[in-house]
Amino acid sequence: MTEFPLIEVTDLRRTFDVSKPWLERTLARESRQLLKAVDGVSFHIRKGETFALVGESGSGKSTVARMVVGLLEPSGGEVRIAGVPMTGGSHAAERRRLRRRIQMIFQDPFASLDPRWRVGDIIGEPIRAFGVAENRRDVTARAGELLRLVGLDPADAQKFPHEFSGGQRQRIAIARALAADSDFIVCDEPTSALDVSVQAQILNLMRDLQDRLGLTYLFISHNLAVVRHMATTIGVMYLGRLVEVAPARQLFAAPRHPYTRMLLDAVPDLAMSGRPRTPVQGEIPSPISPPSGCTFHPRCGLANDRCRAEAPAPIDGVACHAVAEGRVPELRASA
Amino acid sequence: MSRPVLSIRDLKVEFVTRRGVLRAIDGVSFDIARGEVLGVVGESGAGKSLTGSAVIGLIDPPGRIAGGEILLNGERIDDLPAAAMREIRGRRIGMVFQDPLTSLNPLYRVGDQITETILAHLDVSAAEARRRAIDLLKEVGIPAAERRIDGYPHEFPGGMRQRVVLALALCAEPDLVIADEPTTALDVSVQAQIIALLRRLCAERGTAVMLITHDMGVIAETADRVAVMYAGRVAEIGPVRAVVKDPLHPYAKGLMGSIPTLEGAADRLVQIPGSMPRLNAIPRGCAFRPRCGSAFARCHIERPEPLRVGEHDVACFLYAQGAPAEPAAAGPGTEARR
Amino acid sequence: MSTPATKGIVEPAPAAAAPKARWRWRDSDILASFLSSKVTVLSAIVSVLLIGGSLLAPLVAPTNPFDPATVDLMDSLMPPRWVEGGDPRFLLGTDNQGRDLYSAILYGMRVSLIIGLAGVAIAAVLGIGLGLFAGWVGGRVDAFVMRVADVQLTFPAILIALLIDGVVHGIVGNAQRENTAFAVLILSIGLSFWVQYARTVRGSTMVEKNKDYVQAARLIGIPAPLILLKHVLPNVIGPVLVILTINIALAVITEATLSFLGVGLPPTQPSLGTLIRIGNDFLFSGEWWIVAFPGLTLAAFVLAVNLVGDWLRDALNPKLR
Repeated sequence: MTEFPLIEVTDLRRTFDVSKPWLERTLARESRQLLKAVDGVSFHIRKGETFALVGESGSGKSTVARMVVGLLEPSGGEVRIAGVPMTGGSHAAERRRLRRRIQMIFQDPFASLDPRWRVGDIIGEPIRAFGVAENRRDVTARAGELLRLVGLDPADAQKFPHEFSGGQRQRIAIARALAADSDFIVCDEPTSALDVSVQAQILNLMRDLQDRLGLTYLFISHNLAVVRHMATTIGVMYLGRLVEVAPARQLFAAPRHPYTRMLLDAVPDLAMSGRPRTPVQGEIPSPISPPSGCTFHPRCGLANDRCRAEAPAPIDGVACHAVAEGRVPELRASA
Repeated sequence: MSRPVLSIRDLKVEFVTRRGVLRAIDGVSFDIARGEVLGVVGESGAGKSLTGSAVIGLIDPPGRIAGGEILLNGERIDDLPAAAMREIRGRRIGMVFQDPLTSLNPLYRVGDQITETILAHLDVSAAEARRRAIDLLKEVGIPAAERRIDGYPHEFPGGMRQRVVLALALCAEPDLVIADEPTTALDVSVQAQIIALLRRLCAERGTAVMLITHDMGVIAETADRVAVMYAGRVAEIGPVRAVVKDPLHPYAKGLMGSIPTLEGAADRLVQIPGSMPRLNAIPRGCAFRPRCGSAFARCHIERPEPLRVGEHDVACFLYAQGAPAEPAAAGPGTEARR
Repeated sequence: MSTPATKGIVEPAPAAAAPKARWRWRDSDILASFLSSKVTVLSAIVSVLLIGGSLLAPLVAPTNPFDPATVDLMDSLMPPRWVEGGDPRFLLGTDNQGRDLYSAILYGMRVSLIIGLAGVAIAAVLGIGLGLFAGWVGGRVDAFVMRVADVQLTFPAILIALLIDGVVHGIVGNAQRENTAFAVLILSIGLSFWVQYARTVRGSTMVEKNKDYVQAARLIGIPAPLILLKHVLPNVIGPVLVILTINIALAVITEATLSFLGVGLPPTQPSLGTLIRIGNDFLFSGEWWIVAFPGLTLAAFVLAVNLVGDWLRDALNPKLR
């Protein structure tokens, strides 16, 4: 592992215009409505690491993923990969070269594969596009190799996506992501559409591939148990902001941000250990009109006037006034 | 005591297609007692939702109930005419589905929908119905229920909407609630609230609950007993603690092992090879046999019937007499149940 | 509330076994649905007979009505063969110039069909292209294209065709009328029918472009035109096929209407519409067959093609199956 971070995300921002059409808006005398999906997110990922972003719906975690891979333009801030800024005027040639190293695995394996294409062509598309192999035989050979790598049969290249189950399709999607020798894979809820026994297959496969090929993952999920299984470092997002970043072990053993604690408490207790739990309160506010100050304050038992007025800046990985002021009670280390 | 609220006996559901008859549910039996929550788990295609649909009489052609009995408080309801079944749905069986919007009519105020259901099923005045509706909304945790009763479904956030559906399901004081993936569409933090609420309300009223979900965590939190379904059959049924902590059926074992948990930091998850068979390709003998590591000769030929092992009922020959000695769990308490 | 019941059949966990069989299974499903509908089978037979007969007109027609040498004015206005005074040479009688009506219908149908097909082809290419473009780019471009489409939609196709016809003739002059008639008709139909394609394709494109397989292609760096052509187009083409079928019938009617109104093909090159117009003049003098048979042929063709189109729409729509 090198000390040099492979991915550096600095103060990333993205707003969406969710206003009504111009004519309607003008007639109703409404102003533009902007949704701050991502509001100043910074983190970095070292090579070979799995960085997980967790959060509930509307937390902006998928938006971050799409900006990191370049599917979405940031409204502000910067993504650097191997030190090269991925936005802005310069470095165009280097960016093109780096693009090849970044691929993505999507949530719904039924939507991420073109239903009209044969599996061999789906996997062959990046091989051709990035010039890994040119002639037909080499592409076919490479596609077959990849299919074997993800636990399928090279003969499956002749089939169409609908002939496969969800888990098998996700394997195909993984093969496509690896086709151009990419080493940084952004995984957007890769198993949340799958059954648990299939999820286990896919998670194990992803870990094996990471060990074999030295992959780096940015892993997006709402499922803390899955994240616990995959991640080396975890970032918890709430309403577009990163509220806590910590090494996985530390985050689960000693969560500091009140929201992280609440999330952990909400996870169903399969082991029936009878661990102490505090009931969860309230629902996530609309990101169109987020609460003032710290956006978590309406659901937080520790909120005071400062929390309602002033957005906390991250200190030592935690963005919380209560933590900074030492108002958060210590948790027993058992959790 | 004694008589269960819901009793399903050897239920079979089939789909008639041009290419022959597909049996989607094949001999499912279980009981749910008063005030009990029975969790029904399984992966997609296991037949868990279909079992729920069979109970409420909502199996559409080409599907049909091909055998067995469904008894509600001892009366058969699987052969009732459609009109009588409609009376039972809502009045004696409440329903909660994954998407609250399938249960709520977007064009009517939520209060009207609840009072209408109360009036249709209970002999009370309109004012009394409205009063009950407000009480119920308060009870499911809707703040300012007196005001919000006149709101439309879209004015409630997702979790609140599912609370309203819960109120709607309970408003006619049913004997049984069928909850089909009630928390799947919700965020984790909201999910926990709804589970707790369902659990509390049904315990207070003595309502029996059939909780259908793919999420073992939800079952572990909510259910008293759990039935694990696989390929249209019940693989294992027993008290939730026993099945979750000490599953006996090889499929149930694999299923429990494959769930990542917060506690055990296992490096590799247990995985079951392959996937569930399609309805048109269910193997002879035990349906789980091709994916099972402990299968032996008998599993290829015969279909296992449930056996009582301790607190569990397990449909697996490993626990029958004459099985290879592998599972030590099959102790002297083993005996054929039927 | 039938969702829970259907769920069980829609998503049985697929096994690795028998994947090859599944393709054939789907194919035969469409075939079976086709064969199970008697009306559809009959319509298809009628369509094939009419299209086949007209395209093979030079081979199957007894005479060539376009060739003045074979036409004798002495034979004009003969009734059909089975009517008193009919001539055995002329199955369906003759028109005012002595042309064999049966042959004229076959040839006329051929003219109508070629114009219809060519017109619909232009409309489809234009509409699909604009629809893909507008749906993909979105924003103002999309708004502009769609407003143009909306405006055009408020005029009936016939009116637009008349307008184009007038404009073209204003430019090339009336002398060239006979030579340009064919092209003008095709252009008129093409320019008046594109809207439906554009709207359908634009809608589907907006759905497809946000699907992850398109995002995946973008990530690989495939240029937008190639993504549209190789990924989006094959996935939006289904509904277009249905419109295409029904539009061919509609285009034939439009051609007939234009020719009937006198802005279409001249009597020397009769299409079905021209024949009906000629026949119309003789309707009240008792020569009913000149209008009746071309009219019936047109009606049968349009009905048959529409029924096939209806079936196709249902068969391709998984929700209705």
